[in-house]
Amino acid sequence: MVTTRSSAHAQLFTSQRTAFEAVVIAPATDRDEVTNQRAAFRHLNCVTRRRNSNRVCDLSELTHCPREDGTVRLRERHSQHFEAGYAYHKCPNGKMAAEGQFFQLICSNKTPVKGKKQTPSKMGGDRFIPIRNSKQMDVASFLLTKENDPDQHSSAKAMSVNLNGYDLEDAKILHLGGKPLNAPEGYQNNLKVLYSQATTPASTKKTRYISTTPDKILDAPELRNDFYLNLIDWSSRNVLAVALHNGVYLWDANQGDVILLMKLEREEDYVCSVSWTKEGSYLAIGTSDCKIQLWDVENQKRLRSMASHTSRVSSLSWNDYILSSGSRSGLIHHHDVRTAQHHRFTLTAHSQEVCGLKWSPDGRYLASGGNDNLVCVWPRVSEGSAGSDNQPVRCWSEHQGAVKALAWCPWQPNILASGGGTSDRRIRIWNVNSGSCISSIDSQSQVSSLVFAPNYKELVSAHGYAHNNVVVWKYPSFTKTAELYGHSDRVLSVVLSPDNSSMATVAGDETIQIWKSFEEDPVKKKAMDRMVKPTTTGLHHSIR
Amino acid sequence: MTSTLQGITLKGSAELVAEFFSFGINSILYQRGIYPPESFSIVTHYDMSLQLTTDAKLKNYLTNVVSQLKEWLYECTVQRLVLVITCLETNEVLERWQFDVECDKLAKESSAPRQKSIKTIQDEIRSVIRQVTATVTFLPLLETPCAFDLLVYTDKDLVVPEKWEESGPQIISQSEEVRLRSFTTSIHKVNSMVAYKRTDSV
Repeated sequence: MVTTRSSAHAQLFTSQRTAFEAVVIAPATDRDEVTNQRAAFRHLNCVTRRRNSNRVCDLSELTHCPREDGTVRLRERHSQHFEAGYAYHKCPNGKMAAEGQFFQLICSNKTPVKGKKQTPSKMGGDRFIPIRNSKQMDVASFLLTKENDPDQHSSAKAMSVNLNGYDLEDAKILHLGGKPLNAPEGYQNNLKVLYSQATTPASTKKTRYISTTPDKILDAPELRNDFYLNLIDWSSRNVLAVALHNGVYLWDANQGDVILLMKLEREEDYVCSVSWTKEGSYLAIGTSDCKIQLWDVENQKRLRSMASHTSRVSSLSWNDYILSSGSRSGLIHHHDVRTAQHHRFTLTAHSQEVCGLKWSPDGRYLASGGNDNLVCVWPRVSEGSAGSDNQPVRCWSEHQGAVKALAWCPWQPNILASGGGTSDRRIRIWNVNSGSCISSIDSQSQVSSLVFAPNYKELVSAHGYAHNNVVVWKYPSFTKTAELYGHSDRVLSVVLSPDNSSMATVAGDETIQIWKSFEEDPVKKKAMDRMVKPTTTGLHHSIR
Repeated sequence: MTSTLQGITLKGSAELVAEFFSFGINSILYQRGIYPPESFSIVTHYDMSLQLTTDAKLKNYLTNVVSQLKEWLYECTVQRLVLVITCLETNEVLERWQFDVECDKLAKESSAPRQKSIKTIQDEIRSVIRQVTATVTFLPLLETPCAFDLLVYTDKDLVVPEKWEESGPQIISQSEEVRLRSFTTSIHKVNSMVAYKRTDSV
């Protein structure tokens, strides 16, 4: 039965201000009214949800509970079930509301507070907002219905453009209604990834693989297992020179063939050090009979034999035409190989064998390390200066063991790395300009050789007692990139190949192992090759 | 193609654009795997091979949308066409292909045909569709079964035809957007872009 009152009561108030529409119903007086109201809702695609039973509940039995987010939840009064709630919700696309969703109470309904049969008067008491000032109501309804102010309009417009992605005033969005079109049941696209990478394309970094086994192993019989000797060097023409007892062998890394360059006359003598010139055409050989021999490798001829030391020449280093040699006496001699009077200067600072000797890449400093645990840095002496003021620029005694491992950083000037022997085991980085030790790390084993690998900015250290390994450290963070355990006895020396992609290590187990640890990707390599300019010295014309 | 050698008219342009939409939507549905690839057949158009669906219901739906679009294009009341791909279970929007249409209203007034060769327009359309195919390489995989919906942005005062309803914009939160090529028939200009849900990857 439909009464006029009920239809008058059923105030359906909708607001366009939010995406949801709020529907507030009038309290029903009887079951019929509820049915009619529900019919009205269905017309608008609203659905009332009943909980648990066919119980009909009208608004008089509901209380409103405002929530923090501004919605209002209708709860059954006197209900033991706190969750029992009713919600009226219209979704934008007309679908049915889901149970338990809430609506925003936009404004009051026009329902009377009390009594079933009472006629609703004008706007006044409201179930949800019991006391309402009528003035406010007038103002409110005026505000709702009048045209927006211009400034309000623009801010509202900006907001709506942000929210909706387009200007609501200018466009509306339509789509074809009806049942959604889906793929047949159970279809799942099987587009699988064939190639993928974990990182986004913008940040590809090739992961580098360092092989834990050597690329080649060369046999080095009769190698002297002496910590203080420097028995291998790799020339810029890709020839590896190895001193085996009293002979020097050359291994051509391109072809793979081996030639015996020379052998010392006396059986009891042995070769103590070998060093290539920068162009790789001459080889300096220091011997145990205190002499330095200079050989022309192409013609396999000995050019000079220079005698100036009083004990064996255990370390050599070239700086253009100057050959520096360190001996067991603790003295360092500078030789000018172009002149007959080769011995130019003597540097005295060490009291024991000078086993480490390295000129910096720019030729300004000579670093020397000795069995007396000292690291000294000498300046380049110019021609004509008096021999007496050959004092070291720096002299560091922090190491606790013999310093044979010395390396200058090729990409950072004035950075020297030094490594201590068995009692020290530390690798120290020095700044020659400031004289300070930048960092010092414990490498757990006797450090016999250091070399900087520029391809990936790493420092390689060769170790003897106790691990007999080769460690590749990232510089300057000193994180271990790789630990290579290829040798079964202490590693004596490590040298880099001329293209910086491989290194050769020689150890007391009488093997030389070639490790391809620093291979670059070909694109970068090509770019670098174009940048490298060959530098030559005029040396080959002036050796007499 | 109704456009002849005399140039492009409004009607012809509308047809061209509607045709592009039809092929473009089919391509996207095929490439993104919304429908099984077996339900597509290859046709040649724009001098390239394109995939068209053979599913009757889908074909019917698309025909309805495209024909309505053609009408709106002719009246210059359509602003945008959006293809929304949503996850079937969660109704979350995963991808959003947006084609903005700018219509030159002057063409409505004068009925003189514009000068632009069909071939140029076809080339442009071809490059757009090729780009759509190429996007498969960087768009994230759609792991879950998906549904799609077509939204049309029209002028506010348009009369909503039967069967069409209003809808929300279905924007993706935290999206990556990629602008694709555009093409123009000298009366209608179509810009394309795709927005997809950013996947957290390191």
